[in-house]
Amino acid sequence: MEVLRVENIVKNFGRVEVLRGIDFSLQKGQVLSIIGSSGSGKTTLLRCLNFLETPQKGRIIVEGKTLFDAEDRQKMSDAAIRLNRLHFGLVFQQFNLFPQYTVKRNITLAEELLAKEKIKKEGSYNGHTTVRDALAAIDQKADRLLEEVGLTVKADSYPCQLSGGQQQRVAIARALAMEPDILCFDEPTSALDPELTGEVLRVIRELKDTGRTMIIVTHEIGFARDVSDTVMFMDGGVIAEMGPPEQVIENPQNPRTREFLSRFTER
Amino acid sequence: MFITVINALNEGFLQTLKLFAVTLVGALPLGLVISFGSMCRFGPLRWLTRTLVWIVRGTPLMLQLIVIFYVPGFILPQNPWAVTDGRFWAAAVAFILNYACYFSEIFRGGVQGVPVGQQEAGQVLGMTRSQIFFKVTLLQMIKRIVPPMSNEIITLVKDTAIARMIAWQELIYAGYAFLKGSHGLAGLYWPLLFTGLYYLLFNGLLTLLFGWMEKKMSYFRS
Repeated sequence: MEVLRVENIVKNFGRVEVLRGIDFSLQKGQVLSIIGSSGSGKTTLLRCLNFLETPQKGRIIVEGKTLFDAEDRQKMSDAAIRLNRLHFGLVFQQFNLFPQYTVKRNITLAEELLAKEKIKKEGSYNGHTTVRDALAAIDQKADRLLEEVGLTVKADSYPCQLSGGQQQRVAIARALAMEPDILCFDEPTSALDPELTGEVLRVIRELKDTGRTMIIVTHEIGFARDVSDTVMFMDGGVIAEMGPPEQVIENPQNPRTREFLSRFTER
Repeated sequence: MFITVINALNEGFLQTLKLFAVTLVGALPLGLVISFGSMCRFGPLRWLTRTLVWIVRGTPLMLQLIVIFYVPGFILPQNPWAVTDGRFWAAAVAFILNYACYFSEIFRGGVQGVPVGQQEAGQVLGMTRSQIFFKVTLLQMIKRIVPPMSNEIITLVKDTAIARMIAWQELIYAGYAFLKGSHGLAGLYWPLLFTGLYYLLFNGLLTLLFGWMEKKMSYFRS
């Protein structure tokens, strides 16, 4: 089943064309890796999907529902964008945990705010009609997520007391708490020491095994080959090559892909 | 003699404290408004506030005080300061305006110092703008502005002495009065020593308070 369809996304920053017409679709439970050199538009594409950037052209459709259409400015109100964002989760390169809150509070904060708001306005949230019930469920979910990323013992620690790898695992749990349809990663291991990347990649692998739909921008070519169903190679704001990893990484057809990948195999 | 001096200095210190408190109460919110102006996306407003900040920070407080106290009497049909406590209110206006401009720059640094990633993290989690401000960025801003603010506020305690320029009788005015009396040498060193002690003790208290605030927020790094 198709969960995401992206049509002709164009994004300019002033006169610089960063994305020059991106089209692709993603099936439920599939993992898409996006590779390419710096400046090829990978991160901008991810930021467009999470509505942190507004494309000048194109459409974003999730589960048949058009979330973004550059032609339809009515869909661009703050409130609409805010709710559309919840279809996507984003794990940042720099983690961006909230430093003043404990690990557990980082995970529960956003959903608690949403639950309180929904119960006040609509009378219920996820089947809970009282704030107390909703918060109890959110708290339990946070415990479950902490277990999933192997950080139960760090629930009451503050981000500054954690290693980079642990912080990134908390960031993954925090993104999962909002139950996004598609979880996006923006170079999740690029800010980590090499010995810490393994624990983060392991968590992402486990997420794939539970059938999560994910889009991963990464420089870890080996990881992309192992974990992805599809690999997209971006170059100069367009998709230069896209297909299963055996094809794109093992046997690239596009000369730019070959040149890019040769830099990794040389090492 | 001791009692006379202490009584006079207490009276002066009370006036210093009054100007200090009124300046803080006025300059903190005004500083916030000016900082929003200086970060405004609307160009002319940003340009206007930044010009104001440039003028106020670029000229001496003493000069601003003199202008604010004397100039209205010349150009307005009626001198607005010709009321009870007029000298105090003129001083308060000058101090509030001056300190608000300094505070606004500190606030701006606090707002712009919080990494943009914090706001984006709140956004992708579906938080509203106000939720992000109050729940995510505000405390990080406060943590950032406490050290520079404590500096400014301690300077303010001592700057209140400038108000004697317009013959407003604050602490140094009270201590200095003994020099001109008939107390001889004793009129020189005792009152001045005590005047210094008043400032020192009050600033000591403030330093403790700010130290406590910094410690309260030292559990996280941002």
